[in-house]
Amino acid sequence: MAKITKVLFDPIFKENPIALQILGICSALAVTSKMDTVIAMTLALIFVTSLSNLSVSLIRNYIPTNIRIIAQMTIIASLVIIVDQLLKAYAFSISKQLSVYVGLIITNCIVMGRAEAYAMKNGPWMSFLDGLGNALGYGLILFIVGFFRELFGSGKLLGFNILTPITEGGWYPTNGLLLLPPSAFFLIGFIIWALRTWKKDQIEEEN
Amino acid sequence: MLEAYLSLFIKSIFIENMALAFFLGMCTFLAVSKKVDTALGLGIAVVVVQTITIPTNYLIYNFVLKAGALAWAGFPDVDLSFLGLISYIGVIAAMVQILEMALDKYFPPLYNALGIFLPLITVNCAILAGSLFMVERDYNFGESVVFGVGSGTGWALSIVALAGIREKMSYSDVPDGLKGLGITFISVGLMALAFMSFSGIQL
Repeated sequence: MAKITKVLFDPIFKENPIALQILGICSALAVTSKMDTVIAMTLALIFVTSLSNLSVSLIRNYIPTNIRIIAQMTIIASLVIIVDQLLKAYAFSISKQLSVYVGLIITNCIVMGRAEAYAMKNGPWMSFLDGLGNALGYGLILFIVGFFRELFGSGKLLGFNILTPITEGGWYPTNGLLLLPPSAFFLIGFIIWALRTWKKDQIEEEN
Repeated sequence: MLEAYLSLFIKSIFIENMALAFFLGMCTFLAVSKKVDTALGLGIAVVVVQTITIPTNYLIYNFVLKAGALAWAGFPDVDLSFLGLISYIGVIAAMVQILEMALDKYFPPLYNALGIFLPLITVNCAILAGSLFMVERDYNFGESVVFGVGSGTGWALSIVALAGIREKMSYSDVPDGLKGLGITFISVGLMALAFMSFSGIQL
């Protein structure tokens, strides 16, 4: 039981994929200007990472080492195609907003990185949990960034007015910078700073 | 004609920079930008792979996958476009492998310089995104070649610039929690803001 909690919850704060392992940053930055794309992306990633970890782990003893990258890639690509087709069928407008970033889950290093680093060496159940945990850790950062960007950038959350902007007769002057992509870099930089002030052992040594 | 290609080239390097406007290939962008030399090696490798894979994927999309593309083989009603993702990534992985073997055999010095970066490129999102953008924006063959060279060059340019900044930054006094990854994020953000100033340019 202790091991399960460790595998599932360590990636959320202690070994966060974005803040510590530098994995999966591309999509973290591009889809965070609104909460609904964040939710779609997180769900997609949870699905792909946990299932790819599970499948890779199930066949890990049958994959020859020198073609393992291709084998993992094929599994991941098939899962991503499922997600892509589902989004196109049931949430077309979100699929349009995410544009190429759904396809880019294939090359999202979290998926590859966890398959290679964890699922190739551990049993199916643990690998599934590891995938789930890492996807949640990723989702957490996305939620924080998306929350601040949508709330302060356009005064809304999930499309509802929270801080009514001046342009719609309210009092809140929207901060346009937060809608621009570079703001995601600053926010993640600050999250890392906060996380490392809290957990001192994550501070990088001077090299 | 030539003018259109030139403007697409400039646009893909500066205005629609893969790394700083679309945040693609960020994992390698942040991880391999500690030194200018290695950044340059990886940058060149990305340009080469990008130039080969985008036109190849163009051919595959237009002659195999697109709705009605198989008409030449006698299947005018077949639409294989849902297989896009898996074929592009297959082409990329195969191309990188072939390139690696060819370099090893015919240009050993270049292989020694680029060797360790080539496997990394398969999972570099900038490469896959290049192919996806090519499909989404409906480029023709000439444009896809130009876009491949341009987007690769733009990515290489920004990783070299970031490596230069990070080398200089080792002399600055950064707060403990921001050291390493944190301050890199913030400097990339500033670079991205600087690159946004190109977006006003009309070509």
